[in-house]
Amino acid sequence: MKWVEKQAKTVEEAVEMALRELKIKKEQAEIEVLEEGNRGILGFLSRAARVKVMVKDNPGEKAFEFVKGIAKHFNLEPKIRLQEENDTIKIDFEGKNVGVLIGKHGSTLDAIQYLTSLVANRGVENHKRIILDAENYRRKREEALEKLAKNMAKKVKETKKSIVLEPMLPNERRIIHTALQGDSMVNTRSIGEEPHRRVIISLK
Amino acid sequence: MVELVEYIAKSLVDHPESVTVNQVEGEQSIILELKVDPEDMGKVIGKQGRIAKAIRTVVKAAAAKDGKRVVVEII
Repeated sequence: MKWVEKQAKTVEEAVEMALRELKIKKEQAEIEVLEEGNRGILGFLSRAARVKVMVKDNPGEKAFEFVKGIAKHFNLEPKIRLQEENDTIKIDFEGKNVGVLIGKHGSTLDAIQYLTSLVANRGVENHKRIILDAENYRRKREEALEKLAKNMAKKVKETKKSIVLEPMLPNERRIIHTALQGDSMVNTRSIGEEPHRRVIISLK
Repeated sequence: MVELVEYIAKSLVDHPESVTVNQVEGEQSIILELKVDPEDMGKVIGKQGRIAKAIRTVVKAAAAKDGKRVVVEII
C-alpha cells in the first residue's frame, strides 16, 4: 500500500499535505493519527501533529471510473456491470453500439482491458485480474472457437492433412489448444510471429 | 481524440499535470503527439511498447468511428 507520513501544526494540515502529495481525495485515504499535536502555551511546549495517510486499495472503483471515462470518449453510455470475486474483477458493457469497444477479434477490448488493469492496480499490492466483456462477446467467441477447433480436427482426421487456421491472438489460440487437448488423434501447435501467429492442427 | 489520449495518459502516470497532447494535421491522417514527464515514459510505453500499443489500439478504434486515421506518437 502506498503511504506518506506528514508533520504539521495541526492534524488537519498534515492530512491536507499528505492528500496533496498522494494526489487523492479524503474518501480514498486511510488516515492514522500518530501524534495529536499540541499548540502549547504561547508557542512553548508546542508539539507538531503527525499523521500517516495511506491510499485505500480499491481497484474495483478505479477500474469502474476508468472504463466509464473511456466509454464516454467513444460517445457511448453503456450500462456497466462490475462483479468482484476474490482476485478477479469482471466488467461488462451492455448497450447500444458497444461493438466499437470490441474491435476486430476483440483487439480493442483487450487493449482497454490491459489499460484498465494497469490503472486499477496502480499502487496496489494485491493485483486484481481484470476481465472486460461487451455483450457477452468473450463467451460467444470462446464457443465459436471451440466449435471451429472441433470441426477442423474432424476435417484433419478425414483428409489426413494438416490445417493452418487464420492468425489469432494468444488467448484465442489458447482456446483452440485447450479444446483439442483431449483429442487423442490430433495435436496442435502455433507457427509464425505475432501478430500473424497461427495454430496448426495435424494428425498425431 | 486529443481528450482521449490525454485521459488515458493521465490515468497511467505519476505526474498527470505534465501530460500534454498536441494535434498535428497531416495530409491523410492526424498525428497526436503525446508528451509526458521523463519519469513517466515507461508508464506510457511499457515493456516492448505494450502500453503504447494498447493506447494506439484504443485511439484508433475511437477515431475509426469518425472515419479518421490517427497516429499516436510519444515524444
